[in-house]
Amino acid sequence: MSPQPQAAVGAPLSRVEGRLKVTGEAQYAAEFDVDGVVHAVIVDASIGRGRITGVDTRDAEAVPGVLRVIHHGNAPRLPYRDNSNGSNNPAGRRLRVFQDDRVLFHGQPVAVVIATTLEAAQHGASLVKVRYDAQRPSTDMADAEADEPTRYARGDAEAGLRDAAVRMDLTYRMARNHHNPMEPHATIARWDGNRLTVWDKTQWVVGTQTELATVFDLPMESVRVISPFVGGGFGSGLRCWPHVVVAALAARETKRPVKVVLSRKQQYFGTGFRPSYEYRLRLGSDRRGRLRAVVHEMDAETSSYETFDEAIMLAGQMFYSTPNVSQAYRKVPLDVNTPIWMRGPGFANASFAIESAMDELAHRLRIDPIELRLRNEPAEDESNGLPWSTRRLRECYTVGAREFGWHRRNPKPRSTRDGDWLIGLGMAAAVYDPGRMPAQARVRLDADGTAVVEAASSDMGPGTYTSQTQVAADALGLTMRTVTFRLGDSRYPRTPPHGGSMTMASVGSATLDACNKVRGQAIELAVEDEESPLYGVRVEDIVVRSGRLHVQGDPTRGETYQRLLARNNLTHLQANGSYAGPPDPERHSYYSYGAVFTEVGVDATLGLVRVRRMLGVYDVGRIVSPKLADSQALGGMVGGIGQALLEHTVTDHRDGRIVNADLAGYLVPVNADIPDLKAIYLEGEDMQADPLGVKGVGEIVQVGVASAIANAVFNATGRRIRELPITAEALL
Amino acid sequence: MHPFSFTKAATTREALDAGRRGGRYIAGGTTLVDLMRETVERPEALVDISDLPLREVRVTERGGLRIGALVSMSQTAAHPKVRSLFPVVSEALELSASAQLRNMATIGGNIMQRTRCTYFRDVTADCNKREPGSGCAALHGFNRMHAILGTSDSCVATHASDVAVAFAALDASVHLLGPDGERRIPFADFLLRPGNTPNREQTIRQGELITAVEIPALPRPLKSGYLKVRDRQSYEFALTSAAVALHVRGGVIREAKVAAGGVGTVPWKLPAVERALVGERPSDALWTAAAEQAAQGARPLSGNRFKVELLKRTVERQLRIVGGTK
Repeated sequence: MSPQPQAAVGAPLSRVEGRLKVTGEAQYAAEFDVDGVVHAVIVDASIGRGRITGVDTRDAEAVPGVLRVIHHGNAPRLPYRDNSNGSNNPAGRRLRVFQDDRVLFHGQPVAVVIATTLEAAQHGASLVKVRYDAQRPSTDMADAEADEPTRYARGDAEAGLRDAAVRMDLTYRMARNHHNPMEPHATIARWDGNRLTVWDKTQWVVGTQTELATVFDLPMESVRVISPFVGGGFGSGLRCWPHVVVAALAARETKRPVKVVLSRKQQYFGTGFRPSYEYRLRLGSDRRGRLRAVVHEMDAETSSYETFDEAIMLAGQMFYSTPNVSQAYRKVPLDVNTPIWMRGPGFANASFAIESAMDELAHRLRIDPIELRLRNEPAEDESNGLPWSTRRLRECYTVGAREFGWHRRNPKPRSTRDGDWLIGLGMAAAVYDPGRMPAQARVRLDADGTAVVEAASSDMGPGTYTSQTQVAADALGLTMRTVTFRLGDSRYPRTPPHGGSMTMASVGSATLDACNKVRGQAIELAVEDEESPLYGVRVEDIVVRSGRLHVQGDPTRGETYQRLLARNNLTHLQANGSYAGPPDPERHSYYSYGAVFTEVGVDATLGLVRVRRMLGVYDVGRIVSPKLADSQALGGMVGGIGQALLEHTVTDHRDGRIVNADLAGYLVPVNADIPDLKAIYLEGEDMQADPLGVKGVGEIVQVGVASAIANAVFNATGRRIRELPITAEALL
Repeated sequence: MHPFSFTKAATTREALDAGRRGGRYIAGGTTLVDLMRETVERPEALVDISDLPLREVRVTERGGLRIGALVSMSQTAAHPKVRSLFPVVSEALELSASAQLRNMATIGGNIMQRTRCTYFRDVTADCNKREPGSGCAALHGFNRMHAILGTSDSCVATHASDVAVAFAALDASVHLLGPDGERRIPFADFLLRPGNTPNREQTIRQGELITAVEIPALPRPLKSGYLKVRDRQSYEFALTSAAVALHVRGGVIREAKVAAGGVGTVPWKLPAVERALVGERPSDALWTAAAEQAAQGARPLSGNRFKVELLKRTVERQLRIVGGTK
């Protein structure tokens, strides 16, 4: 087949589902109108650790409309088969809802009240009296023992440090962050005999399907998970949380469809979070700033019942040329619920430490921060000896420095002032390891010349609906209007989690494959059909545009899909497509890159930091959907500003209570905090990466933002802040 | 939320009758409904007073301002007389809450708002304000946002209102109407420090209705303004704030009105700062010296020691902004 002309891919299109969203027609999990649905409200543990000694449900049951109160004392035992295969569940034993009397963290579900109205369920839940035998929980990393570390080493880092001309020993601390998507997590569960249907807020219908099948010991095909729209996720929807099981259990016990919507407060312990980190970095360099040795020690919180792991180590292994590296990643089990990935997982934390440290080294050696980074640019991935697929970081620096006006930065801290504001410029590099996993998709091209593509997938906001439609439209030779992409249903072909920047590469490649196959079928049909104007034409000489197959270079010779299918008495053509995942073993080292530049103002008297402008320049391969990619970058920068200056989940270590579990106490940026943001994507593609040449956008855009801001604060004030978020008290 | 009855009062008489029978008044509801959802507040009867004729802003005979209790925060802030006579009031309001809340919330409700202390708002935590005798979880807990002035061992919660700080600075008074008639209470006496009874927050009696807040006439020209220091630039409570009004004639400060927010269990009037200013000529040195008095008597907690210094700097900065630099 001839290569298809690119029409939709690369065009700055608006969201195809935009109208549905702004008119309120898009249905989110809690909005599905399921006949006979009743409401469930979860009662949360008010202790941080211990045992339940009694549950008094009399007052709750007396509330008119209350149907049932379920807790560990009256809940049926659930099979909870192992779910290690293809799930996002971390290693360890799972939290088994209502299966025993143990409380593992503050806020753990201990009972659920099911009622005919939401109000009755809420009132009932407030009347359930739970008695506890409480113990003091361990929720402070500083006082807890870590698990055996995960280690990495090359060369002899300690010897390298000893011999280095310049040595630094720096410790960075990062607060716990919560995703806080706008849409609360919600589930509606309905049983039809032994078949379970769940409308859920999730970034992975297949994962939720798998978890429910194992918890209730059902065949996979007996569980259907539906999730066409997700009102933001940032990672919080990457696994099936306890409330989903609660909904299914409550529905089974009451024999009614049951809806559970977590309150804003419940999101703070009913779903995961970006764990807090302590990241100690000891580095040694020569006098010209070339790194000789780096020792990374990373402590992160995890729960007492699961070991959450994330890619915190990779940046320290591959990003800068360093002969001697040693790493220890320790997970500290605490009486908290299990963390989960959050935008830029691992890398957004590692980069705060590494990119702050590089800035500190640059200042100490009086080298420009960009120049220092260039001096440490590796020729290949030193952790595995593989060549880069693409690594255009130098261009990111060059373009960024030029567009941002980096040359105007005075390297001397505290040298620029605007009234009460000290002005500082800072930059940081960014890297992310985008995933690629096996995925499937199917397409059906109908005789009316329209096509429907389906894949389980998800669209939590990045624009999957739109970008997949763009890929499909070009591969089929159809216009955007004539292609419909459907997602968010476990009955569709299987796809990996919608996270880790892997959807475009994985699902997109499967979509491409399916659509190429159908186009190929149509072309084959035409060239073998004596009545077709394309009869006898070489397959590779035919292209399809706007639903019309024709000879490349001769648009007059051809016919439409409609005519071709009608004449052949075909109602449709269809094909399944797949993407097999990356080659095993990998032949290239494959990362997305970026450079973030920012200008901040600091009112050092009052401890205020204001971001004045920000630019991100990214090397992420082909951009399928420029307008949506731009939105991704802006959103990532806003998330990074939150991580840098505001976001901090605070735990009261006396009883494990999260004390700012709402949007009044947990601050995210508001419009007034966000200045002029700009993103530039380097043109090009990475054809080593995947058939589409993409590297993934969604995660990298939060990486480096916090370090760029902290570096700019240093340039403004001379104060080095090594703890996130950067607060007023740290600057006074 | 616990079940409750809801009635709407058509007249002041009706409202007072309902209030006497134990009804709780509701206007904008921006605090009360929130707290009912958390089951912190469990009123049995709500009396909607939105229809009462308390929506007027007028200049008093002597040149002060009387703001009806049901005037919304946004209407108050935008009122031409408020803007021209007491910009500190407009600024305090516009730096409060969000536009949506300011449209709903009323002046009477604003000064009645309850603390944002996280333990007060969580019914599973110890809180003497919510449940007398249960203890104060904030005293040795998360208390970064809490008070350093006017605290007791029973309670360290801040009063979260911004406009109340401006009212306190301007020596406003609160007009009340009850079964026994009208009375008027100086703002400084209206809100109570916690002492051993943090559950008692205002001098208002059951069934009494706030009808207006009155700002007295002050000598002119009067310059005034409000500065709010906070973690983010909108929709956030103050770490510290300062309301300042200065009357300068012949190059000498003749009258100074100063109060601080975000630091006190009630809006914190700063008489020592005022005394240090009156009779002096504006200068940077004066602002610094006067602001030095701002944190007198401060009792910082484990998480808010920074507020002592930040308070002084906030007052100093706002004195300079209002009073100018040499």
